[in-house]
Amino acid sequence: MMERKIKRFTKWKFPIYLNRRQRALLSVFFAVCLLVAVGIGGTLLESRAISTSLTERNVPPSFEHPFGTDWLGRDMFARTISGLVLSIQVGLIGAASSVLIALSLGLAAATWGRTADRIISWLIDLFLSLPHLVTMILIAFVSGGGMKGVVLGVALTHWTSLARVIRAEVLQLKSAEFVQVSRRLGKSRWWVASRHIFPHLIPQLLVGLLLLFPHAILHEASITFLGLGLSPHQPAIGIILSESMRYLSTGMWWLTVLPGLALLTVVRAFDRIGDHLHLMLDPHRSQE
Amino acid sequence: MAILEVENLSVSFLRYTGMFKQQTIRVIEDLHLSINKGEMMAVVGASGSGKSLLAHAILGILPENAQMSGMIRYCGETLDPVKQAALRGREIAFVPQSVNSLDPLMRVGAQVRMTAKGKDPIAKQREVFQRYRLPENVERMYPFQLSGGMARKVLLATATVSDAQVIVADEPTSGMHADDVKEALQQLKKLTNQGCAVLLITHDVEAALETAHRVAVFFAGTIVEIAPSADFSGDGERLRHPYSRALWSALPQNKFMPISGVQPHPNEVREGCLFAEHCPLTTIDCKNKRPEMRELREGMVRCHHAT
Amino acid sequence: MLLEGKDLSFRYHHGPWLFREIDVAIRSGEVVGLLGQNGCGKTTLGRILAGYDNPIKGKVLMNGLPLPRHGYCPVQMIFQHPERAVNPRWRLSKTITEGWVPDNDLLEKFNVRKEWLDRWPNELSGGELQRICIVRALGPQTRFLIADEITAMLDAITQARIFHSLLQIVRERNLGMLVISHDRHLIKRICDRIIFWENLVH
Repeated sequence: MMERKIKRFTKWKFPIYLNRRQRALLSVFFAVCLLVAVGIGGTLLESRAISTSLTERNVPPSFEHPFGTDWLGRDMFARTISGLVLSIQVGLIGAASSVLIALSLGLAAATWGRTADRIISWLIDLFLSLPHLVTMILIAFVSGGGMKGVVLGVALTHWTSLARVIRAEVLQLKSAEFVQVSRRLGKSRWWVASRHIFPHLIPQLLVGLLLLFPHAILHEASITFLGLGLSPHQPAIGIILSESMRYLSTGMWWLTVLPGLALLTVVRAFDRIGDHLHLMLDPHRSQE
Repeated sequence: MAILEVENLSVSFLRYTGMFKQQTIRVIEDLHLSINKGEMMAVVGASGSGKSLLAHAILGILPENAQMSGMIRYCGETLDPVKQAALRGREIAFVPQSVNSLDPLMRVGAQVRMTAKGKDPIAKQREVFQRYRLPENVERMYPFQLSGGMARKVLLATATVSDAQVIVADEPTSGMHADDVKEALQQLKKLTNQGCAVLLITHDVEAALETAHRVAVFFAGTIVEIAPSADFSGDGERLRHPYSRALWSALPQNKFMPISGVQPHPNEVREGCLFAEHCPLTTIDCKNKRPEMRELREGMVRCHHAT
Repeated sequence: MLLEGKDLSFRYHHGPWLFREIDVAIRSGEVVGLLGQNGCGKTTLGRILAGYDNPIKGKVLMNGLPLPRHGYCPVQMIFQHPERAVNPRWRLSKTITEGWVPDNDLLEKFNVRKEWLDRWPNELSGGELQRICIVRALGPQTRFLIADEITAMLDAITQARIFHSLLQIVRERNLGMLVISHDRHLIKRICDRIIFWENLVH
């Protein structure tokens, strides 16, 4: 007698069985909670982040100061949280701008004719061949650093793969039978674009945004770390890490390790959301 | 002597309905089938009814979200996933429905030679290509360069050059020219003369009848009748199950008369015979009790009233 | 009314000509069969007659005028693979009303159940989807139908049912229909006039 049962997820001894999508939803829920907490925390702890206290300098992690304090007596936990909030904001703006560029160029390449397609594809190849870290730093430097520099740097270097994906999707959709039928049933080009083509693109855009976002945060951290990004009175994670590097050799490990870990956790949270969404929307794997 | 036997086969899927709920859908239910050595059996029925899944179940290549239960025996030996993997491609060959099953990065000649066993794979491959009327240069082509019909012939060739004892062919001739269909099926018939057994899954009843020895009629997830192909003639009076008769008379060359109602949806769970709604011979018995497969004249049928 | 293709020639890029300078005509109320092997170019001819592709040479006229480029086309085509002809992300209620709003009578005639319309395309079978595509193509402005191997992937019973209903509507509304198929028996059964592809292209 042959019996084949579906492998069910039994990593934890969970009393209720949750299917893959329900688990994804749970994961997303926790990630969102985490990010909301960071957001709220950031607003509440703003004042604590900059207030110095010369009597409490260089204190290692304790109950009162979960992440310790730095050389000026500032509470590292508060600093980290506000830093995260700022990094997230910058990352979001950078990622969103990148997605907008990708959408426009991808759509243009697929719908404006062959010459436009050739030029844009050539542009994509050009940007893909440049090491994006170097280009990004250059762009940040040329635009004078600061928030503007970081956002421009991230936006202008990360649109390429998504643009390619959008272009391919739109080209494929244009020749899909249901799109052609729609035109023959009397629908205008605009109607077809907004009701048939664009909804198909939304999942790709969402996934692109969510996966680009952590990437952008990390880049912001590195640009600021190199001194080209945000200024010291905007304590994003990059600044915090950059300044704390000097003190590593003196044994004050909590100044770099804990903010670094916090950054990693936030980035991972976004990555998870993006991954789960991607899995749900991919038609070949959506039934797992 | 039966070389392949399938008993009580049930296959169901776990599908997402709506966003987050899962539901089990039974696609094949309590299916019985047995094929003898040197015999060609055709399985006919509505497309999308689960016939392909029967092939996948026999070969052990069901998708991840499929559940299966039942017994499959090859040469009297009960199969399990390990044995299926060992037999796959060697003693049980598969001709898939999708032309995309060919490796896009390998020339087709090489792919066919891979399955040819014995001393001279190249000669075997060339001979098979000639039999299928494929020009000589085709062996050096890549799959994307082939037309639909040519690709299908190549798929058939991969199975015919191997020394498999059982060939399971899933819609091997759809989209082919009528002459090529005849030729391809004749080739498969020749293999049966050498002792090979062929399970041909198709929705083209006419083509099946010309070459198959027996025909199994598939309806609503199970086989409702197994009949010798000669029974499909005239008005279909020799057929046992009302659905088989309806299928026969719906052909354009016969009465072209459909029956009312539609195939039950896999989601709908029902007691009793699944054909009861559309059947002219329904009684209360039919609605309550699902009929078992029984032997009748020289075939088998799943009906309370068949004579 | 008359749908005619005059002097039609077509080929893909610089490939071989699929057909050159052929003439086709279908009258209202007539069911014409186009019989030929798979992959020979019948579908392309159908697409040109329905306005999906433009011929390299020649023109398609309905009552002497070219087919409209915008708006509802009076020549509607039904395809071989219904799952490709519907948007997989739309519920079928949205799909079936894309061109016009079908009445219950028509839905019943084609055995389209109301509960199907609430579902997604991947939940229905080929036969059910095909019927929805047919209803979608039967708007009040339709004058000609091009049925391209519409039942090639379906079983005999579904095929018989679909064509019975389709022929009934065609007679009722005096539509012209071109049935493209490789099935000799089917064409002989339902068509008033048969065009053999080999005769057409030579």
